[in-house]
Amino acid sequence: MEFFQPSSWTEALEIKAAHPDATPIAGGTDVMVEINLDHGRPSSILDLTRVRELTEWGMDDGMLRVGAGVTYARLIDELGDRMPGLAMASRTVGSPQIRNRGTVGGNLGTASPAGDAHPPLLASDALVEVASTSGSRRVSIHDFFTGPKRNAMRKDELIAAFLVEPAGGAQQFSKVGTRNAMVIAVCSFALALDPARRRVRTGIGSAGPTPLRASEAERFIEGVLEEENLWDRRTDVTESALKRFGELVAMASRPIDDVRGTAAYRRQALAVLARRCFAWAWSSPSMGRRPAGPKGP
Amino acid sequence: MVLAIHGQAARRAEGALRIDCTVNGQSRSIDGVWEGESLLYVLRERFGLFGSKNACEQGECGSCSVYLDGKLVCACLVLGGQANGRDVVTIEGVDGAAVQQAFVDAGAVQCGFCTPGLIVAAHDLLRRLPHPTDAQIREALAGNICRCTGYGKIIAAVHMAAT
Repeated sequence: MEFFQPSSWTEALEIKAAHPDATPIAGGTDVMVEINLDHGRPSSILDLTRVRELTEWGMDDGMLRVGAGVTYARLIDELGDRMPGLAMASRTVGSPQIRNRGTVGGNLGTASPAGDAHPPLLASDALVEVASTSGSRRVSIHDFFTGPKRNAMRKDELIAAFLVEPAGGAQQFSKVGTRNAMVIAVCSFALALDPARRRVRTGIGSAGPTPLRASEAERFIEGVLEEENLWDRRTDVTESALKRFGELVAMASRPIDDVRGTAAYRRQALAVLARRCFAWAWSSPSMGRRPAGPKGP
Repeated sequence: MVLAIHGQAARRAEGALRIDCTVNGQSRSIDGVWEGESLLYVLRERFGLFGSKNACEQGECGSCSVYLDGKLVCACLVLGGQANGRDVVTIEGVDGAAVQQAFVDAGAVQCGFCTPGLIVAAHDLLRRLPHPTDAQIREALAGNICRCTGYGKIIAAVHMAAT
């Protein structure tokens, strides 16, 4: 096994170009499990923890550009106000030890359907910036996941960063598991409201071959909000509309029966999560209404 | 009976990696490390520091909790080479006498296997939050599993150490 430890982004890309089979490692929360449990043995490893550029974040033409090596712990501390949905999801990742090491870049690289960062990234219409020695490109998160643990990257590419607009309205994330900590999601749901564009965005986790978006549910609830002028009135959405929204989210999922839960349970749970997330988001102070407790309808 | 030995434990071949790091305030160097070796393996099998325990090897149990450049991490999920040039503090080097005494006084130690990891994690919590609530203790120790299930007394011990 070869071990590469570049100290710059340029050097990292050159190594990846010369060794396209090299497995990138950052926090090690996926790669080390593979090695430790002998699930796979990489031919070579590319340690990205010395690449300073990957640990930085800043504004890029109105969007937040967050380096792929920013840990969940830093994301919560430093960016929680600007990406509340992703921060909520980050707080559910593993344990303090895991959040101190794990990165969104690693989550995207592994591309597990259960990755906690994915639903909020979908709901925020994120871009994933990938790069190689021949240049960089930004891939819409909606095109990034191509199958279970597969993504749209070429073998000579590395993930540089992800980009999202700072939240323009309330965001929510909810996840079902057997504990509050150290849980791979049975299913999860993320929601982002964008009052300026009068848009609702969704993300479904762990209930399909890839993270999914519930487009029909988005269109339905946007229609309800428009028709009843609720973006301006900011009054309650009817119970029946919320219920239908939940049903449409469940219908957008493509779950299977596995060790963590059955397909039927996941559909049922997603309908509940979606309905609650919408009610929480709609009644949150950031939507200009009086604060309400985190109780589900 | 054939015991399944896998992963780090099954490792035999030597590698070509050199690691220079600081462990508990001392400069340590080691040659011939296998490139896939975890920091936990390096600490235990090469440096003879057996306080950090090896159990799940997947970051689930927290028994191998150490500080890496001041951050609480699972040593099993750190690649040995990633510790090159870094500062590692293990249970052997943690200034944790008060926490340890509280664990003894509260009866928070049963079989003792999870104790080193819990002491390091509790130490990390108390330096950030000197007087944590029950909920904050539960959150901070969520990555440390006690299979004797003695959580009540562990939480009591952290409260004792905090006073």
